[in-house]
Amino acid sequence: MTTTAEPTTAEIGKARVRKEDERLITGRSRYTDSITPPGTLHIAVVRSTLARATITSIDKSEAEKAPGVFGVFTAADLGAEEVGLPCAWPITPDQKAPQRPVLAVGRVNFSGEGVAVVVARSAAAARDAAELVEVDYEPLDPVLDMEAAAQDGADLVHPDLGSNVSATWIFDSAAAGTGGDIGEAIKTAEADDDQIVVRRRFRQQRLIPAFMEPRSCVVDPTGEQLTIWAATQVPHILRTMTTVTLGVPESKLRVIAPDVGGGFGGKIGVLPEEMLCVLLAQKLRKPVKWTETRSECMLTAHHARDQIQDLTITAKRDGTITGLDVHLYADMGAYLGLVGPGVPILGAFMFNAIYKIPALKFTCSNVFTNKTLTDAYRGAGRPEATFGIERIMDELAVELGRDPMELREQNWIAHEEFPFTTVVGLTYDTGNYEQATQRAMELFDYAGLRREQEERRKNNDPVQLGIGISTFTEMCGLAPSRVLGSLDYGAGGWEAASIRMLATGKVEVTTGASAHGQGHETAFSQIVADKLGVPFEDVEILHGDTQVAPKGLDTYGSRSLVVGGIAIVNAAEKVVEKARKIAAHLLEASEDDLEFANGQFTVKGTDKGKAIQEIAFAAFMAHDYPEGMEPSLDSDAVFDPENFSFPHGTHLAAMEVDTETGRVTLRNYVCVDDIGNVINPLIVEGQVHGGLAQGIAQALFEEANYDDQGTLVNATFVDYTLPSAADLPSFTTETVSTPSTTNPLGVKGVGEAGTIASTPAIVNGVLDAIRHLGVSEIEMPTTSQRVWRALQVAKGHSVQQTPSDTHSPGGGLGSVNPNSADPNNPKGETQ
Amino acid sequence: MTEVRVTVDGVNYADDVEPRMLLAQYLRETLGTTGTLIGCDTSNCGACTVSLNGQSVKSCSVLAVQADGGEVTTIEGLARDGNLHPVQEAFRECHGLQCGYCTPGMIMAAVDLLGDNPDPTEQEVREGIEGNLCRCTGYQNIVRAVQSAAKNMKPGAQAPAGQTATPVAGGN
Repeated sequence: MTTTAEPTTAEIGKARVRKEDERLITGRSRYTDSITPPGTLHIAVVRSTLARATITSIDKSEAEKAPGVFGVFTAADLGAEEVGLPCAWPITPDQKAPQRPVLAVGRVNFSGEGVAVVVARSAAAARDAAELVEVDYEPLDPVLDMEAAAQDGADLVHPDLGSNVSATWIFDSAAAGTGGDIGEAIKTAEADDDQIVVRRRFRQQRLIPAFMEPRSCVVDPTGEQLTIWAATQVPHILRTMTTVTLGVPESKLRVIAPDVGGGFGGKIGVLPEEMLCVLLAQKLRKPVKWTETRSECMLTAHHARDQIQDLTITAKRDGTITGLDVHLYADMGAYLGLVGPGVPILGAFMFNAIYKIPALKFTCSNVFTNKTLTDAYRGAGRPEATFGIERIMDELAVELGRDPMELREQNWIAHEEFPFTTVVGLTYDTGNYEQATQRAMELFDYAGLRREQEERRKNNDPVQLGIGISTFTEMCGLAPSRVLGSLDYGAGGWEAASIRMLATGKVEVTTGASAHGQGHETAFSQIVADKLGVPFEDVEILHGDTQVAPKGLDTYGSRSLVVGGIAIVNAAEKVVEKARKIAAHLLEASEDDLEFANGQFTVKGTDKGKAIQEIAFAAFMAHDYPEGMEPSLDSDAVFDPENFSFPHGTHLAAMEVDTETGRVTLRNYVCVDDIGNVINPLIVEGQVHGGLAQGIAQALFEEANYDDQGTLVNATFVDYTLPSAADLPSFTTETVSTPSTTNPLGVKGVGEAGTIASTPAIVNGVLDAIRHLGVSEIEMPTTSQRVWRALQVAKGHSVQQTPSDTHSPGGGLGSVNPNSADPNNPKGETQ
Repeated sequence: MTEVRVTVDGVNYADDVEPRMLLAQYLRETLGTTGTLIGCDTSNCGACTVSLNGQSVKSCSVLAVQADGGEVTTIEGLARDGNLHPVQEAFRECHGLQCGYCTPGMIMAAVDLLGDNPDPTEQEVREGIEGNLCRCTGYQNIVRAVQSAAKNMKPGAQAPAGQTATPVAGGN
């Protein structure tokens, strides 16, 4: 019997200031664009200005003569016409997947698609020459409306595929044996006046992740292995996928994600430009570098969300839900992203959310259009699902005349019912919706705000108040691998770690997670410090380099702590076990008589002991160590979780709507999240704030607008309006904890919680403010124009159709006062 | 090419530059001070903010030739002989950064803001840094950091204990 390392709680739970910050606050940073090996050549991509066209000719002659130009290449010139970028998630066996070329071959399928690439001695020279490349197009009418595109007889984005529907994926609780039959539930509900059927259509508009660091890639062929620096979330996956895509032997590839300036899912792709840099570096035998402009990023980095949701919920008049039917159209864009097709499917398991729903069916059609492709963005499927269920819960409450929170409480899984297996077959290990809700309602003063709302309505106050609710849960830590296999996901869900005990007592840890703002170095150091009983400062976390941490599946889906963190814990336990053998040998005691605490092995009942760092030195010197044992404490571990982790939380938003101007103001936002045990409260708070800002931004500020020519009309930060500091209030955030039972740290993910929960809370709040004025639906973002127009229509005034407005906030425009800036937007409302 | 003479972080430079070269490109590509970052192409994001002749500017919207004869301070020159500026210190203490890409510009803008308004309210901070976009933090801890720095910089406030040198790989 060996006692496991008794964890000291000195570091875990501490609000440690981050060790990563030292470099970042002094400009001693290493983002990919700051890396330029000697002799580096630079590329610029010639991009299509049309959404759909055949390429009739490409004249490179002028560009090739321009000063500093090494060459101008098309896919044919590079012998890359057959190369196709990978899609790792075929959600059905018959999924239609078009070849996604590194450069367009014969036709372009979205505005911004690369047609040719210029290589020159400087980025400026490459960009100048790119403007000299003459491309002649035969324009075709773009396919832009995903619902129309899905119908038979529609014009085809990819004629050779025979349809615009890439795949239709269905989950039916009756067929799966995890619940009742939704057809029955709807039929009985329609026939029984003691039941109700509520049908709604919701729109998840198209978003752009818009990470602050534009994408960049440097490929250096001058070593024995090809080194790729990339602004990516997925160095390990990029390495393997470069082999799959171009055939470069995996052992000849080293991928480094140096400092990466945010990703939010936007940097989980394998990019055409990355593959072009590899091809050109091999061809020209010199380092090749690409850094995009922001406009290029908005236009060609993958977009997100973009669904049409048709939901039908059935319930008894007493409020008990009896069934939920979900039909989605999901816009894939012109091609399939690395995990694009699977993003809506991830949502399939979250439409039932925290509620006990007896029967559920989910049907999703992934549809091609002539727009930029879509893929994962913070929450990836779960924000869309949470939006659907939390919006329709409010709609059901309105139909039944019930308080929306009471209706939720009536249907949610009670604390004592955990662990609970849901209608989609997932088992939530722990949760306490009552605790989180009670605390949130208290902080929010729910009753007081209801009174104020009533008061404003009575006085017909021009500024009305609304309360938005979102009691969410989600599944994160994309695992276990077996379940991913059953979903045809093209990878596992495990994570790897190794711990090396250095001779002088320092501890070197490698992780397969790839941090890009999450503070892994600090949080993982806290875990290792506790598990090994060494000082926090003695621990070094190495990540993001496939030659340093060769095994890994990188960072997305809030998996780093719940999967990567546990791999580190398991590796630490192996180190302790090896150290125990040497300690027993050196202390001339049996292993069972040794206790390990705070990094010290002591013989029970005596003060004889050895610190683990001393033992590391002893193993290094190897002068005296047990027979049959290797002189090393170093250990590694690969952890494949047995279940997802299920954080949850209660989010409340107080929204003010000025009924004269339509202006929406977020007055107060409270959220209480249950993410199990917390490693570093400071980092958790930061993740929640950032998540909230992005979820709120979808509700109030952001939308990627295409005109009827298939041109993205707001492809810059001028009019794709990210919220600035002046557009957001301070949030009230707290955590409560029901530790997870499926991992030794009892942790759950937090990275996407804020984004998943907040969007419906905001929209529910806006509608709650003006529903009594006859407004029942406003598409996101609920800009002042859209709110004002909905109010006029509700009053029976006709409203002249004016171009879709795209912004109200300053969007970083500095001194421009957002209220006065009149949004002039050239093109009309999207479909 | 046009000659430009400029002092950057205490070093005097003289270079021939293309007239169209942006100050941000001059700093990064010609001088190699890559602590200053570029995040957009429309002067919205503020990641490239530096101080030019005592005033914060977005270096993507200033031509290098316009800085001729001027003095530039970038994020790399803010710490004085190894000691962090109070704003740098406060950003670390208050978790005012996550990925760090907006941080150089945010810190330089905050230093300028506190120069104009030594004791700003939360709303004044939020409007003061409205020209600097961040996608990770949701701004709350950035605002907290700026107000904390303001407190620490008040005349008479003793230097916060954390005024530590910025060691490189453990050096002093």
